[in-house]
Amino acid sequence: MIDIKTNTENGMLELAISGEVDASSSIHLDNALNEALSVHKKILVDLSGLDYISSAGLGVFMSYLQQLEKENIQLVVFGMKEKVFEVFQILGLDQLLTITDTKVAALVKIENA
Amino acid sequence: MHKFKTSCKREKLREIREFISNALKEIGFSENEAHKVILAVDEVCANLIIHSNKCNPTENLEIYVEDNKQGVVTFDIVDYGIGFNYSNYKEPNLEEIVRKRKKGGLGIMLVKSIMDSVEFSQEKNKNVCRLMKKFQCKK
Repeated sequence: MIDIKTNTENGMLELAISGEVDASSSIHLDNALNEALSVHKKILVDLSGLDYISSAGLGVFMSYLQQLEKENIQLVVFGMKEKVFEVFQILGLDQLLTITDTKVAALVKIENA
Repeated sequence: MHKFKTSCKREKLREIREFISNALKEIGFSENEAHKVILAVDEVCANLIIHSNKCNPTENLEIYVEDNKQGVVTFDIVDYGIGFNYSNYKEPNLEEIVRKRKKGGLGIMLVKSIMDSVEFSQEKNKNVCRLMKKFQCKK
């Protein structure tokens, strides 16, 4: 129900998360982000294939915010469907993460950071 | 009245969402309106499965969805585990969650933002969480 694909290009890691992230599957997102952050300084997260996220998944993103700042890691999330973005908005998490609509916009953000 | 009974396993959350989605479709919720309501029910069920019933698959969770025909839907989520003491619930602060790298604590915040009413009650060994949501029927 959750599918995570990784791809490294020009020293940048792209994680494509699709399916559904809930209290049962969020552990996979957690492991993937943990691994990504331990190796890469520039990470793109493609959520265009994500249909559902619950607080367990939101909590995973939040739990890495401090590490991103401390270790100066650039992480940009892009491509969220409107219904998924609305879930990030309910608690104001859209303000804590760098989020763009498209991959092109995400690349601009990450390269200019 | 729509009813669903399942065991207290995290893996059952997907089936719970499917049940709620079908019930809401039948009642006349738009897809967009239904998405958040499904999320709120999922959050309560995840809490009950993980915290109140410690993911014990021999314990059950029952969900009842009722359309009162006046633009309000009631969700009763019943379990027999350790009751949640809602009166002791303190809304966590987002900054604190980030600082302490906590992964939990957001679920009830979401439920409170989405639903119009959230109540927890206990009688004997039975716990009931009642959620209510007003909606615009598209039928």
